[in-house]
Amino acid sequence: MALGFWQRALAAGVVLAVLCGCLSVFVILRRLAFIGVGISHSAFGGVALGFLLGIDPLWTGIVFSAGVALAIEWAQQRGHIEEDAAIGIFFAAAMALGVLFLHLSGTYNVDVFGFLFGNILAIGERQVVQIVVVAVGVLAVVGIFFKEYVFISFDEEMAWVSGLPVNFLRALFLVLLSLAVIVAIYLVGIILVSALLVIPGATARNLAGHLRPMLLVSLGSAVGATLVGLFASAWLDWPSGATIVVLLSLLFFLSTLWSRAK
Amino acid sequence: MTAAPAVELRGVWVIYHQRPVLEDIDLVIPPGRYVGIIGPNGAGKSTLLKVVLGLIPPARGVVRVFGEPPARLRRSGQLLGYLPQKLMSQPQFPVTVLEVVLMGRYGRIGLGRWPGPGDREAALAKLRRLRIEHLADRPIGALSGGELQRVFIARALVVEPRLLVMDEPTISLDACAQDDLFEMLHDLKEELDLTVLVVSHDIGAVARHVEEVVCLNRRLYVHEPPPIGRLALERTFGCSVEYLFHGEIPHRVVRRDE
Ligand SMILES: Nc1ncnc2c1ncn2[C@@H]1O[C@H](COP(=O)(O)OP(=O)(O)OP(=O)(O)O)[C@@H](O)[C@H]1O
Ligand SMILES: [Mg+2]
Repeated sequence: MALGFWQRALAAGVVLAVLCGCLSVFVILRRLAFIGVGISHSAFGGVALGFLLGIDPLWTGIVFSAGVALAIEWAQQRGHIEEDAAIGIFFAAAMALGVLFLHLSGTYNVDVFGFLFGNILAIGERQVVQIVVVAVGVLAVVGIFFKEYVFISFDEEMAWVSGLPVNFLRALFLVLLSLAVIVAIYLVGIILVSALLVIPGATARNLAGHLRPMLLVSLGSAVGATLVGLFASAWLDWPSGATIVVLLSLLFFLSTLWSRAK
Repeated sequence: MTAAPAVELRGVWVIYHQRPVLEDIDLVIPPGRYVGIIGPNGAGKSTLLKVVLGLIPPARGVVRVFGEPPARLRRSGQLLGYLPQKLMSQPQFPVTVLEVVLMGRYGRIGLGRWPGPGDREAALAKLRRLRIEHLADRPIGALSGGELQRVFIARALVVEPRLLVMDEPTISLDACAQDDLFEMLHDLKEELDLTVLVVSHDIGAVARHVEEVVCLNRRLYVHEPPPIGRLALERTFGCSVEYLFHGEIPHRVVRRDE
């Protein structure tokens, strides 16, 4: 079964929208928006390392951003440094390393622009498979620990007292987030990927008062913006990643107006 | 073999930014006791409870709950019920009252499994007992202060703990509910052989209902039975306190040693 580039883009886009739409709810509830930005930007270092070493940037990207995310968590848990400062420092350092790696690899001809801003129309079968495998795996883990993640988001102290492995679950979530970030880079790129992890959940928070509808709205807005964005960008010949993010932002502003008006 | 004390603190210090908040606390509470903790604002009462729960590791000293360090205890399925002083960090969190109370069951249910009908029944029973059954499907963000307090009390009880730790449980309850609560804790304690640790500023209620009073002001100072008198309270609080007479309650005074 061979898919055309357009079917591949649509399939990958929808799968990624579902993945990010789901994680986004927890990013908003657990106030992880800024760490999402940190993880996605540090992915640049990992991707560039892949070019330097001649390895699939997917793997180096995942290891690198998960490592940075866990380092931020560790630095902040130990109380050596405030979380926002830790994120700011780590992601700047990771991006700077990325530039050095690219320089050392001497491959300025690689599609850096594609990695920064996404190029879903260029992905191959292999990437589609990677995206589907990662999405199914991440969503399965979130599904298994759904009740625990809601509990931790609501009241971490009580979750700890109840015997939940809070530190393990926190670290696991950062790894899941890193996985999602790396595959979502295919769709909207490193610079914009945090939008996919933050905006759908924020929109849903505006519109829904309960968790289930919130999940549905988040998924719906992510999938809707992705589909409309892909078609519109093809029609207008605009960059697809940016079009999707603009649509997501538009939905967010509309939802804010709507919730104010209520 | 004698049963391990429910709570055992030996030489416990807690220090924030070079400033001691708890100094050299020794406290032993046998199982099945109903203990009230009183003391002025900033005395370290909430900190003491968090040390017992294992949420704050002490700078120095030994903490044992039922003979085990709290961090080990919490993983051994020996569940603790806890009512925090500060109830919610996110006032508009998108869950219902019943779902919040059900969270108290999660430690029993175990990782990756869903609450069953038995858990729902237990949660509803606690809501009924606190007279807020009609609020079960309300969003948690749409409650009055006292209603919210009852929801979190219900969550602490639905755990069916061996040790129940409550930080100012009566804080926004109306007069009837306050008395009800102290009575309910007493009944529960009798029924379930529960150890109860309650922090409260309502010295009158504490004196009427509990079996033992711990007065805390940063430092521990234990002395023998005579009932809490004006002097002991004044020393704990550092100001004159309404005189209370409440019979022969054995108590300890934990106070600042100037
Ligand atoms: N996270 C913290 N960092 C620094 N100091 C703290 C922290 N938490 C509490 N303190 C300080 O520790 C002391 C004891 O606080 P604690 O909350 O235990 O008091 P409390 O007896 O419960 O008072 P209240 O009656 O007001 O609830 C206070 O002086 C407080 O300022
Ligand atoms: Mg307190």
